[in-house]
Amino acid sequence: MSSNQRTQSLLKSIFNGRRAIIAIPYLWLLMFFMLPFIFVLKISLAEPIMAIPPYTALLEWGDSLLPSIRASLESYLFLFSDSLYIKAYLSSLKIAIISTILTLIIGYSIAYSVAKAPTRWRGILLMLVILPFWTSFLIRVYAWIGILKTEGLLNLALMSIGIIDKPLIIMNTDLAVYIGIVYSYLPFMILPLYANLEKMDMSLLEAAADLGCRPFKTFWTVTIPLSIPGILAGCFLVFIPVMGEFVIPDLLGGTKTLMIGKVLWTEFFYNRDWPVASAVAIILLALLVIPIMLYQKSQEKAIS
Amino acid sequence: MKKFGNFNIAALVIGFSFLYIPIILLILFSFNESRLVTVWGGFSTKWYGELMQNQGIKDAAWVTIKVAFISSTMATILGTIAGLVMTRFGSFRGRTLFSGMIYAPMVMPEVIIGLSTLLMFVALAVDRGVFTVTLAHITFSMCYVAVVIQSRMSSYDDSITEAALDLGCTPFKTFMLITLPIILPAVIAGWLLSFTLSLDDLVIASFTSGPGSTTLPMKIYSMVRLGVTPEINAVSTILVGLVTLGVIAASIIGRKQKQQTN
Repeated sequence: MSSNQRTQSLLKSIFNGRRAIIAIPYLWLLMFFMLPFIFVLKISLAEPIMAIPPYTALLEWGDSLLPSIRASLESYLFLFSDSLYIKAYLSSLKIAIISTILTLIIGYSIAYSVAKAPTRWRGILLMLVILPFWTSFLIRVYAWIGILKTEGLLNLALMSIGIIDKPLIIMNTDLAVYIGIVYSYLPFMILPLYANLEKMDMSLLEAAADLGCRPFKTFWTVTIPLSIPGILAGCFLVFIPVMGEFVIPDLLGGTKTLMIGKVLWTEFFYNRDWPVASAVAIILLALLVIPIMLYQKSQEKAIS
Repeated sequence: MKKFGNFNIAALVIGFSFLYIPIILLILFSFNESRLVTVWGGFSTKWYGELMQNQGIKDAAWVTIKVAFISSTMATILGTIAGLVMTRFGSFRGRTLFSGMIYAPMVMPEVIIGLSTLLMFVALAVDRGVFTVTLAHITFSMCYVAVVIQSRMSSYDDSITEAALDLGCTPFKTFMLITLPIILPAVIAGWLLSFTLSLDDLVIASFTSGPGSTTLPMKIYSMVRLGVTPEINAVSTILVGLVTLGVIAASIIGRKQKQQTN
């Protein structure tokens, strides 16, 4: 074998190895992340029946050589005919928008203060932000039940100080859901904001101050615009998952709290209507595709 | 820039109180003698004793540890490869879709991931159980690992890898002897993150598990639905304690590594 041939075969094996390496995670994600959506779409077009699994087959192999397709839009029509579903989508949207704004305001104040803290404190402060992010979501939501209940710790404390004489009804209301969401998603907002604010070029702020710009104006005209990538990343990380949130409205919200994630859960686990649950998921996915793609773009930009 | 002032101190004090008071109260009331979670009846560890008697919780904890251990290990391997593919493999066909499949599971509502994964298992007639929960956990955890590795690789010096390849080292050997030891802290961080993600997951596990594969969060959830009890506080305290130890250990590993490289 000549050296030229050897180089070529070596290159070829590296090239093939390269493809094989790409293929491992690629195929895994195609199989376990993308492929399942095809089944959701398929089942959303089926009809519910009392059987295992509880839906009709999409393709029927009759006497003819080709299968006949039995697709039904019934589940989708049902979603639009019953106002419950549209209300649930709109209510989720409202809750997601309001809680994203609340989380942004609180998260920005914390991230900004951590970024401005003396350097030796920053490590420990950042760790204090990250720690709740690692602790179980369910446990953190559960912790609020004992606080917000009518006979809970918050009411006991407020009544013993004498601020109120009748307990506040917070548990099982939308307010409890907002508290739960802001609390659970706060670290997701603070981390990208902090990463952005920490890298900010201080000389720009000094320049503004030297030129006579007041601190408050500098904050609005320099700091905020420079931190927009962090704000966007944080808002996507809160808004998108909150749209389909189940645990928080289920444990803290009341019967009147409508959220589409809870509706999907109920359709699937209690009503056992798999086609309707699938249709709910497909429409939610359609609503979220654009925010998810924008999030992906913003992340790719941040890393490169 | 204005100095660290009163506003910042207030924001940090209020912010961290908000983040920590609920967890501290939860831990405190796990040591409550009284069955009521809101009235202090004296210090007691009886709820931890009761926990040890609860076979359902012990079984669920065992399932959860098994799933978390296998899924985080697999997710770390797949996620590390995915992170390297994203940063060191240049452009290839389908790259945009690949990066989409890495970022989407991190924000996608869990009910959608859970439902879709389950429907595929049902359609393919795969029996639901520990195996299916593990597969689902590997899939979303590997995306987090990929992002951790990706951000580590952005400050990785390629010249050392090139030197090894120029000197005739095979790509695989170069990875094992050079790249892996350098990025090891990120790999460990990815493993720990996957482990806690799997440990915490309620929604995806509820969809993909079958009889006999109830995980700890599923067990806690069904207990919470029946009412607030000090026993739930006790099991939560144990979980919070474990995770805190893990995070502190990870940060010490990270700091040591930093000192070495500096």
